[in-house]
Amino acid sequence: MRQLFAFHGGVHPPTHKDESTRTPIARTPLPSKLVIPLSQHVGNRAVPIVQVGERVLKGQKIGRPEGKLSSAVHASTSGTVTAIDMQLVAHHSGLPDLCVTLVPDGKDEWIEHGGVDLQHTSHSELRHLLRKAGVVGLGGAVFPSDLKTDAHHHKIKTLVINGAECEPYITCDDVLMRERAADILRGADILRVLLHAEEVLIGIEDNKSEAIAAMQLAVEQHKHDKMEVLSVPTMYPSGGAKQLIRILTGIEVAAGVRSTEMGVQCFNVATAYSVWRALAHGEPLLSRIVTVTGNVTDAQNFDVLIGTPLAELVVLAGSKPDTNRHIMGGPMMGVDLPTGTIGITKATNCIIESSPKLFPPQPPALPCIRCTRCAEVCPAELQPQDLYWFAKSNNFGKTEEFHLFDCIECGACAYVCPSNIPLVQYYRYAKSEIHERERDKKAADLARERHEYRQLRIERDKQEKAEKLAQKEREAAAKAAQAAAAPVATPDDAQQKLIEEALARANAQAAVAHPQNTETLTSEQSAEIAAIEARRAKIREMAADAGADDEPPKSH
Amino acid sequence: MISALWVMIGISLLLGAVLGYSAIKFKVEGNPLVEKIDAVLPQTQCGQCGYPGCMPYAEAIAKGEVGINKCPPGGEEGIQKLADLLGVEFQPFGEGAAPKGKAVAFIDEQTCIGCTLCIQACPVDAIAGAAKQMHTIIASECTGCELCLPPCPVDCITMEAIGENITNWKWRHPVIIPIKVAA
Repeated sequence: MRQLFAFHGGVHPPTHKDESTRTPIARTPLPSKLVIPLSQHVGNRAVPIVQVGERVLKGQKIGRPEGKLSSAVHASTSGTVTAIDMQLVAHHSGLPDLCVTLVPDGKDEWIEHGGVDLQHTSHSELRHLLRKAGVVGLGGAVFPSDLKTDAHHHKIKTLVINGAECEPYITCDDVLMRERAADILRGADILRVLLHAEEVLIGIEDNKSEAIAAMQLAVEQHKHDKMEVLSVPTMYPSGGAKQLIRILTGIEVAAGVRSTEMGVQCFNVATAYSVWRALAHGEPLLSRIVTVTGNVTDAQNFDVLIGTPLAELVVLAGSKPDTNRHIMGGPMMGVDLPTGTIGITKATNCIIESSPKLFPPQPPALPCIRCTRCAEVCPAELQPQDLYWFAKSNNFGKTEEFHLFDCIECGACAYVCPSNIPLVQYYRYAKSEIHERERDKKAADLARERHEYRQLRIERDKQEKAEKLAQKEREAAAKAAQAAAAPVATPDDAQQKLIEEALARANAQAAVAHPQNTETLTSEQSAEIAAIEARRAKIREMAADAGADDEPPKSH
Repeated sequence: MISALWVMIGISLLLGAVLGYSAIKFKVEGNPLVEKIDAVLPQTQCGQCGYPGCMPYAEAIAKGEVGINKCPPGGEEGIQKLADLLGVEFQPFGEGAAPKGKAVAFIDEQTCIGCTLCIQACPVDAIAGAAKQMHTIIASECTGCELCLPPCPVDCITMEAIGENITNWKWRHPVIIPIKVAA
């Protein structure tokens, strides 16, 4: 029996998991439309590669990954792209983001696809296939999986498969393990090979006995001798990556260190399943299991196409009329969804229909009484009460000194707070303020650099110009000196001759060019011409006398 | 008695030599305070402070020639940072120097005649273009200093505010509704 370890703190909120595990995973009918956000993963938003009006097939790529940290997005069914525009998405801000709207044609026609021979495909090729298939972490972090399967030369001893699913209400991983254990293990085995890990530890909370039994049975049946299914005590947040690694291996991943540096990598069970589907069947990530629970008549899990509008999904579970808000995720870390048009994304593990009865509004916050219960339950071993004071007074430097960025925002502190202080909101506020300052600092540094370079360039241009001028002057002076030293010898005879010839030609031409029609003039005309000439001469004289310094009179 | 005196004289000469040497060896060039002030300033190079850039303003502050409240792009937080750095009192913005929201310049490419005047005015080389060619702003480099607006002979440059979007969105400070206690 393997020894398990404990992490600091943790809480025991009521789990509410039984409601949604009574029935198997249900398939959903094709929705009337799909709203597929192009940013469903950590990193850069995918770039749309389809046009409005284009017909796409199921599994066809509609968003290409942009940059290293990004992932692909696919059409979840066949149909027509009707819009590529900004729509509300599942995000704390409630702001719109770029989405592709797809109207299904009902045929659900697949694009040509197929798996690869896993034995004879290189690891880099497999990673590339994962990126192309849009596989991201389905535990909630949605980090591109292809990047996580690269250990960057660190020796990975243990691969942790996360089936803890510690947050109340959520049961999507539970039912997935019950029904599709064999495929999860196959996916986990691919991940183990990609990481060259020696062992695979699958951690499942002990309140999911059926899932544990199913996984253990699958391990035995398929003879995965390097895998072990471990039942871990039910405690929120044991499903946090760092917390589960601590429970299973005893390794404490230090602040600012990646778990791969300590020889451990962690994947969610649903991610392992989609890795298997992507590589062995060539199916991109088009659907996921979503728990619909809370204020509904039939809480259950659905296999939902990515992009299915929230409203069409909750109807299937029998959302009750007094529902006042929809929570995506669990009650501890979830996001409020503003409208029913929002599409289900790769990050959507659970939808909780909430009513005032189910989740009464938070009573007003009272002053902190420094009871330090938050510090007792903090799984990251922080001092939440100090962080709260610093964040509240905008003392962000201090929050960083107190390791704010080790906070996993699990909400255990706010759960136990007797004063009902929204602690996590303060930490998120402080984090985003610090991030903004970092962005501003970067922008300022860039601007400074560019400004300094510009100054340097202008200065350099000026110097170069001055140098050129000086050079010219020096050359002219040298020429003049040369001319003075040898006045007779230098002018080229040939040149001189050329000049003289040209002058002679000009003189001859001038002599030939007589005014026309002047041969037969009457005496009157001659007199008139003489008068005009006299007037002209007079004007010239006058102009010269008047001292038209700037403009010498024009001669005709 | 006399040997003690010699020892003391020896020590003082030695220490004097060390101090003198280190004064030459570790001499600090320029005023380090200027760089610290410059690091706090937002580097928009906009000249709204009355100096031709952030560095000259930093130099003026270091010399004590000018107040710390002349930098609208830095905002009140910038003033606070300068006050903390220099150990002086916070000064609010004067009349007409209130900070504006962030913005980037935008060139209406239909109107642009390609005169290059804005390119010459841009302090951070954020405008691409050439004579008689259309110009355009490199938005990621633009500091929003507005220095390109006045030289444009056809007024084709406008400032576009950077709105809130999903990438630059920030969490708000939680609002706590105080409970009224009956007297």
